[in-house]
Amino acid sequence: MLFQEVLALIKKEFVLEWRQRYALNGMILYVFSTVFICYLSFNVKGAQLHPITWNALFWIIILFTAINGIAKSFNQERYGRFYYYYALVSAQGIIVAKMIYNALLMLLLAILGISVYSLVLGNPVADWPLYLLNMILSAIGFSTTLTLVSGIASKASNSPTLMAILSFPVILPMLLIIIAISKNAIDGLDRSVSDSSLLVLVAINLIVLSLSYILFPYLWRS
Amino acid sequence: MAKLNSKHVIWKLLASLLLFYTIIGGLMMEVPRLPILNETIRALYFHVPMWFGMIILLLISAVYSIRYLNKDDQAYDDIAVEFANAGVIFGVLGIVTGMIWAQFTWGAWWSGDPKQNGSAIALMTYFAYFILRNSLSDQQQKARISAIYNIFAFATLIPLLFILPRLTDSLHPGNGGNPGFNAYDMDSKLRLVFYPAVIGWTLLGVWIASLRIRIKRLKSDMNDLEYQR
Repeated sequence: MLFQEVLALIKKEFVLEWRQRYALNGMILYVFSTVFICYLSFNVKGAQLHPITWNALFWIIILFTAINGIAKSFNQERYGRFYYYYALVSAQGIIVAKMIYNALLMLLLAILGISVYSLVLGNPVADWPLYLLNMILSAIGFSTTLTLVSGIASKASNSPTLMAILSFPVILPMLLIIIAISKNAIDGLDRSVSDSSLLVLVAINLIVLSLSYILFPYLWRS
Repeated sequence: MAKLNSKHVIWKLLASLLLFYTIIGGLMMEVPRLPILNETIRALYFHVPMWFGMIILLLISAVYSIRYLNKDDQAYDDIAVEFANAGVIFGVLGIVTGMIWAQFTWGAWWSGDPKQNGSAIALMTYFAYFILRNSLSDQQQKARISAIYNIFAFATLIPLLFILPRLTDSLHPGNGGNPGFNAYDMDSKLRLVFYPAVIGWTLLGVWIASLRIRIKRLKSDMNDLEYQR
């Protein structure tokens, strides 16, 4: 029952995104231009940036893209339509569908981002499988955390500012671990070095996921 | 004058006595001589209990947020907010006392220690919580949405404060090879003051919160009376 609901809602998200392509194109252009601004500001040719700077800069770009991209997940549709959903589907179905959709969106944006980023600023990554695994986990983590926060922020007035300040502290522990793991992947360290960090990342993801699942119905009711 | 309820007096008396004992005992009693730390080890009685107090007060706040979501009772929301307020006061005091201590032992006000960073992020979370509250106008919506954020934020604070610092090296006493107050260094003389200090400061926080809750209730009662007239 819940599974079918989620499937239908994810399909709805895709159709909606495809019909309002300007939002998706906007996000893609946002990633491209941010990467390009960073590239021009540093004013260095490829592979000259220090790996620590390279790594931190990339994740900061992805963080801001994620906050901007996910902030719209409850603002895209008109308010009246939520009443319709409210009568039709369960709250859990909505949050799970939105989280899965946002995770896929984040993954797409992160992959596009890393391609352009490596094109202009070089690419020091040594251990690609680990780097990609980290990217997938981070897409899931960003989407689970930010989807609930965007729901909270959409209820308040100055929502763009609020979205940022509410999500920074909540997402920071996750971001620090992600940066640490991807640094390990860049240096090509032995996989066992990243084991405990990966485990903590998965654990935080699970905590945030279950909390969103439990808390969202209360948000949905108001 | 209303008769004093003995149950309410006892714990306040206990708090005052414990804090007197902490201040007098903490400054006068013998402490172990450790390299680097020297006399600054006395910060254990004033700095560390701030963090214990903060965590306990914020935990109470999160518990009342959960109770609010279970049962839409405005009283629970008042309790959650005021305990978060008291917790943040403790957090600010903890950061300030920690910075003063760090200036004398590590030689810098801020040295990027994981615990320093973690506590700064914890404070950011709760400042965001207060801003969220202020940007919602409807009373019931304010209570409900801020309760959701409070629970969410408290749960993400746990890995930040308890797991991440253990994954990285730190200058902080109690981590790595530093002389400090970990289980082996903490000698019985320190414990004699430390545990009463933790209880005393935490009770003081509860006291502050309970006073503010009472002020809030009186104000809202006065508003109601004004409305009826």
